[in-house]
Amino acid sequence: MAALLLFISVSKKCVKCKEAPAALVIRAGDAYCRLCFKDFFVHKFKAVLGKNRIIFPGEKVLLAVSGGPSSCSMLRQVQEGLSQKANKKLRFVPGIAYIDEGAAIGQSVEERQRTVAELQAVFQATGFPFYILPLEQVLDLPASVVATNPSPSEQPASAYKAAVGHFVETDGSNNFPTPQEPKKMLLPHVQESHTLQQLLGSVKTLTAREELLNTLRQHLLVHTARTEGYSKLMLGDSCTRLAVKLLTSISLGRGAQLAQDTGFSDSRYGDIILVRPMRDYSAKEIAYYNHLFTVPSVVIPSVDTKTVDKASIQRLTESFVTKLQADFPSTVSTIYRLQLHTCFMHISTLNILGTCVLQVFSASCPSLTVKPSTCVTQDQREAAECMYEMVRSRALRPMSAVSVQPGYCCG
Amino acid sequence: MPVQCSSCSEKRAVLKRPKTGHSLCKECFFWTFEEEIHQTIVSAKLFKPGESVGIAASGGKDSTVLAHVMKVLNERYNYGLELMLLSVDEGITGYRDDSLETVKRNQQQYELPLKIVSYEELYGWTMDAIVKQVGLKNNCTFCGVFRRQALDRGAIMLKVGKICTGHNADDVAETVLMNVLRGDIARLRRCTAISTDSENEGVVPRCKPLKYAYEKEIVLYAYFKKLDYFSTECIYSPNAYRGYARTYLKDLESVRPSSIMDVIHSGENLSVREGVKMPVQGTCSRCGYISSQKLCKACVLLEGLNRGLPKLGIGKHHRFHDKILSQQPLTEEEERKLKAVDF
Ligand SMILES: [Zn+2]
Ligand SMILES: [Zn+2]
Ligand SMILES: [Zn+2]
Ligand SMILES: [Zn+2]
Ligand SMILES: [Zn+2]
Repeated sequence: MAALLLFISVSKKCVKCKEAPAALVIRAGDAYCRLCFKDFFVHKFKAVLGKNRIIFPGEKVLLAVSGGPSSCSMLRQVQEGLSQKANKKLRFVPGIAYIDEGAAIGQSVEERQRTVAELQAVFQATGFPFYILPLEQVLDLPASVVATNPSPSEQPASAYKAAVGHFVETDGSNNFPTPQEPKKMLLPHVQESHTLQQLLGSVKTLTAREELLNTLRQHLLVHTARTEGYSKLMLGDSCTRLAVKLLTSISLGRGAQLAQDTGFSDSRYGDIILVRPMRDYSAKEIAYYNHLFTVPSVVIPSVDTKTVDKASIQRLTESFVTKLQADFPSTVSTIYRLQLHTCFMHISTLNILGTCVLQVFSASCPSLTVKPSTCVTQDQREAAECMYEMVRSRALRPMSAVSVQPGYCCG
Repeated sequence: MPVQCSSCSEKRAVLKRPKTGHSLCKECFFWTFEEEIHQTIVSAKLFKPGESVGIAASGGKDSTVLAHVMKVLNERYNYGLELMLLSVDEGITGYRDDSLETVKRNQQQYELPLKIVSYEELYGWTMDAIVKQVGLKNNCTFCGVFRRQALDRGAIMLKVGKICTGHNADDVAETVLMNVLRGDIARLRRCTAISTDSENEGVVPRCKPLKYAYEKEIVLYAYFKKLDYFSTECIYSPNAYRGYARTYLKDLESVRPSSIMDVIHSGENLSVREGVKMPVQGTCSRCGYISSQKLCKACVLLEGLNRGLPKLGIGKHHRFHDKILSQQPLTEEEERKLKAVDF
């Protein structure tokens, strides 16, 4: 935790209350005491949700928690925001989803169980319902759920007000979940773990493997949200993470999808909206907060933890941004300021694969001058082809006929 | 065992194309390389028959290859272009004087007319003299701004309707990354354009026929064609940030050779969310060059140099523009701020 060494000596006063001694410096000149930092941090979370008015009172929201610092911090923010004593209380109904990717990174059953047990304790303490999902489950998704469902209806500003009114009338408090018995994770069959490993192993480059893993993870999350009746999926991407993602997307030739990959909300799945409330926090701020307010997190190795910097485009970009950030502290916020509106293409539907792969490959994009062969990157194509092969050879159940919807794909 | 050329299957391959990995013989490589540039020119409709075109020539590999290929294609495909070489003499001893010798030899070899415009005649300052005053830290600001205008003025003197520059795929990709790192949306949107059309008087339209040519292939082409070029980098080093973008791009390329095209492709497909303000272009009230401010950057820099206040043009000092225009003196306090140059 080299970052924490930056905690400053007590001589300086907090810039906010101008009384208490400063406990930390976020940026040059911004020294905060412990309590003011907490206010600042908590306020930012509520402000971003309030400003965007995307989560309705009483709505069921699934929090995707990976166990890393950022998503664990997000979980804490939701807990804080929902507590009775909070002013400007958050008013949605949360649940937690954790995806166990142990098989993808070659962990033993014991290792996987240990991590799960650790997180289970954290989740149980929140009192929120939670789902612990081995990634292998993505192989069993029924045909109908991975399809892109149309968005239920337009939700104008007035709908938000109506929802607030309804929430107040019905006394939102009884909507809150009661603590429940923890669900035991059903460990996947050895055969399923093997199939997943085979699928990931069939993708030649690490760059493509990471893309595929992302896609599988996202789909299991969206699927779970749908079947459990959640309409929003909250992701814990910090602004540091998003800056890396943005630059990675550009380097992979996915410039056209940037808005979807890194925006505050993402409606590519139609009925399930992805929300990224942590996007205004840097990794450093989160590390400070978690340290000062003892937010637990679990270190989970990722698919490329063991490899060198130049193993994949994602990995290379991450180390590049980290180094640049050290030399030019405004790097992350600058990259991330690029909020680009883009025509995102069929790639998200391509993710779902199965028969749609063929459609994407043969149909040309309805409203763009770019042909599909050029809007799909090499890795996406490679991942898609591998998956399609597996479907054909019946190693994998066909996933569904997802059509590329015009309007939607280039909207 | 010698590898056969994958294109003609007759001759021995002498190289593996960095862009595609194909093994090619010398002749097939030349042909493919030139043909790709021809395709770029045709599909982007870069030139009109009968047009006179200035090739920005620095004596370096890119512009030397550009001049050579332009001449070859102009003859092979009857573009009907009147080609000329256009060089800028920044006045850098040991760098530009040597590279200009190369350009002069190229002029002989390619039998093209050559025009050299110098900073000294245009601005009254050589780069050497500028560096003496401003130091090595900010000199590239001057270099870049002055060169841009110098090319335009040279083109106007030569009466050419268009300038083509030797920017290659690596340069374009690097610029995309640079603009992402700087969060410069306006430039990000412009930088992948293969040509600029000019609605502004005093600015000559430009294009980049080598936009999709990899730097590595340009070097190979120059090497196998035994072209005469000058290979020393500008002695006044480029800025640090570009250095980072360059290293990152080279690393990307080593993980995956298609990265250069991928980055350009991303840049081309980015569109900016509505409501992002783009600067309004006007003209400089002193020299008439395009400018979003009352005074263009070159005029402000020049004013700074002439008044002995080199920092005037570096950073944002719009509030001084009125004073400069009306020839008013600056206050002592203002002068003090603009004088100090930190080395
Ligand atoms: Zn304070
Ligand atoms: Zn499309
Ligand atoms: Zn050949
Ligand atoms: Zn320079
Ligand atoms: Zn001017």
